[in-house]
Amino acid sequence: MAFLKRSPWILHYDASSCNGCDIEVLACLTPLYDVERFGIINTGNPKHADILMITGGINELNRAVVKNLYEQMPEPKVVVAIGICAATGGIFRECYNIAGGVDKVIPVDVYVPGCAARPEMIIDGVVKALGILEEKRAKMTGSAQAKEETRHAAEAGEST
Amino acid sequence: MPERIIVPFGPQHPVLPEPIHLDLVLEDETVVEAIPSIGYIHRGLERLIEKREFTEYVYVAERICGICSFMHALCYSQGIEEIMKIEVPDRARYLRTIWSETSRLHSHLLWLGLFADGMGFENLFMRSWRLRESVLDVLEDTSGGRVIQGTCKVGGVRRDIGAEKLAEMHRALDPFEEQCRDLGDVFLNDETVKYRLQGLGVVGKDDAYALGAVGPTVRASGVAIDHRETGYAAYGDLGFKPVVETAGDCYARCAVRVKEVYASIDLIRRAIDQIPEGPLDVKVRGTPDGEYFSRVEQPRGEVIHYLRGNGTKHLTRARIRTPTLANIPILVKMLPNAQLADVPVVVLSIDPCISCTER
Repeated sequence: MAFLKRSPWILHYDASSCNGCDIEVLACLTPLYDVERFGIINTGNPKHADILMITGGINELNRAVVKNLYEQMPEPKVVVAIGICAATGGIFRECYNIAGGVDKVIPVDVYVPGCAARPEMIIDGVVKALGILEEKRAKMTGSAQAKEETRHAAEAGEST
Repeated sequence: MPERIIVPFGPQHPVLPEPIHLDLVLEDETVVEAIPSIGYIHRGLERLIEKREFTEYVYVAERICGICSFMHALCYSQGIEEIMKIEVPDRARYLRTIWSETSRLHSHLLWLGLFADGMGFENLFMRSWRLRESVLDVLEDTSGGRVIQGTCKVGGVRRDIGAEKLAEMHRALDPFEEQCRDLGDVFLNDETVKYRLQGLGVVGKDDAYALGAVGPTVRASGVAIDHRETGYAAYGDLGFKPVVETAGDCYARCAVRVKEVYASIDLIRRAIDQIPEGPLDVKVRGTPDGEYFSRVEQPRGEVIHYLRGNGTKHLTRARIRTPTLANIPILVKMLPNAQLADVPVVVLSIDPCISCTER
């Protein structure tokens, strides 16, 4: 488990799925798959979460909720769209109330296919998301360092 | 008089895997009124019936809800079969019963786990879900899917369960039942569980009946309504008695489900004993012309599929009334006088399945 340097916390939201993917997300956290042993915890609070796991497509009412949850999460953050509905709307894409996949509203980093997505695939998706999370973190700290350096340089320039 | 405040509950809430929103009107810590609002996962799949052929719609029906998926497909198929006067082979009826009851086991164990989580009993949550995984293994073995089976179709079933597999299932039932009884013992006899649940969210027999509640929720209030008694699929051959409790509180609702787990194991055992040999399906000829109210007892209660066809490949109307929708009025009745901290437990006690409700 060398790739796991931190304990990422998960926020799960059901946009408009049939429940199938949701119970598989929960199955990942319970015995048999049990990702909690790696410190991956399902939190109910978006402000504590690093990974947003979202199932189902976007409809008119949940559009604002999804956006709000995403915006409340602190940077760096990644979004994992679970199941075919979250990717494109899936079997429901022709329904009058479905606007499409989650990427209509928020940027998605990893797509997990399947109907319903299997726990193994979900875990795979999360592992992939962790890599992206690390990259984003490195970029953030990188740019923060760069900013710091330019500030120092500017200060040094002023004092001389 | 204390000041009234409104606390929003949901749509995204730690205790609910699915979004439902309640506006809770409180006086201090006590709930005075609960105002539900739904629609966060409405997809509009009833109208999809105009775009899919009637035999294809089974796939959509399965995805109304990922937990009782098999039973939605069963309810839809039975409706079409009734309209088209299709006689389903005996073996298919038995296999449908076996899959239905296996789904019920997985659904009830799932609920028991979530309920334990809701009342803060994390260990019991994990135990229930571990037990549930063995049910899912059986479902995956026999159908290929863990939560969406895809085995039911108009005119019969798509797959057979071989004699060897049936025997293996039968053998596995005994140790499984023992584990379930160990688990059920905690739910029914543990002092802390009793202390948390007894006397909470009480609804009397008359109220439960008048509000049109269904499933374990109404049976916990002493009303013996269970649609399996009408003997669809193979239930008529197997003999079946509904599980009834009388207290009408959260503990009674929990007890009904625990005892239904035992009843389901018994039904599966008898179905495996009696299953006849024979074909799995009949060929579907023609198109549905007519209308029918198809009803099936799901883990959460009775589901109704109203189907109407006009002799073309596409039905003209489908209306799906799911058990949770029928149970929301009784939930609104349960919440007043509950403490704010007890709200998650009371909400979970009706086993809400929002995906079903909003279709």
